[in-house]
Amino acid sequence: MTIKLCEQTFNPWQEVETYQQQAIMKGKYGACSVFVGTMRDFNQDETVKSMFLEHYPGMTEKQLQRIAEQAAQQWSILDHLIMHRVGEVIPDDTLVLVATWSAHRGDAFDASRFIMERLKTSAPFWKKETLVSGKERWVDKNSDGYQ
Amino acid sequence: MSIKVRYFASLKDIVGRTGDELQVSESVSARKVWLELNPEIAIPNTLLVAVNLEYVNLDAPVKDGDELAFFPPVTGG
Repeated sequence: MTIKLCEQTFNPWQEVETYQQQAIMKGKYGACSVFVGTMRDFNQDETVKSMFLEHYPGMTEKQLQRIAEQAAQQWSILDHLIMHRVGEVIPDDTLVLVATWSAHRGDAFDASRFIMERLKTSAPFWKKETLVSGKERWVDKNSDGYQ
Repeated sequence: MSIKVRYFASLKDIVGRTGDELQVSESVSARKVWLELNPEIAIPNTLLVAVNLEYVNLDAPVKDGDELAFFPPVTGG
């Protein structure tokens, strides 16, 4: 299980491929579910130029670790790779990657979804948007992913 | 005896600081710490609280050496 906070942009597909080659035992996995979250250039009817992702060093990693462990207790998982950007991001940057490997698709799908939804509600990250007008605003809440 | 207090995201802007150090003589609740440090600012309805990197509620005890954090709902992902 690997959790990384990244200050620089990363290619999620490259990360998944590299991790799978290096860390996942060949022949044991039958499914890999990948979620990639990407920054949009719009939010709440405004054009967004850039965004700052603040986090709580120490607590963020701890909460992500706990979420991944909870998923591993609930589903039959071989491994997880969780990566999240921090700092300055621009539209089209990858914000989050959740990849889950398991023997069967059900566990991979369900564990990835669980991790993403928990991350959205309990991992201490906060987004501050800069609009094209130059105005800055904090995003006040995440939408419910099940609606 | 002291408690380290941290504020994150919009809470930093609301209180105008990133943190505080509060001297205490005994264990106090997180709520009492907020009221002591920010008497003029009502406790936000959506306030989240953590002690030593773990979520707690506002009535959780905080003691000497603890790190107490106040922050708004999280918006990662």
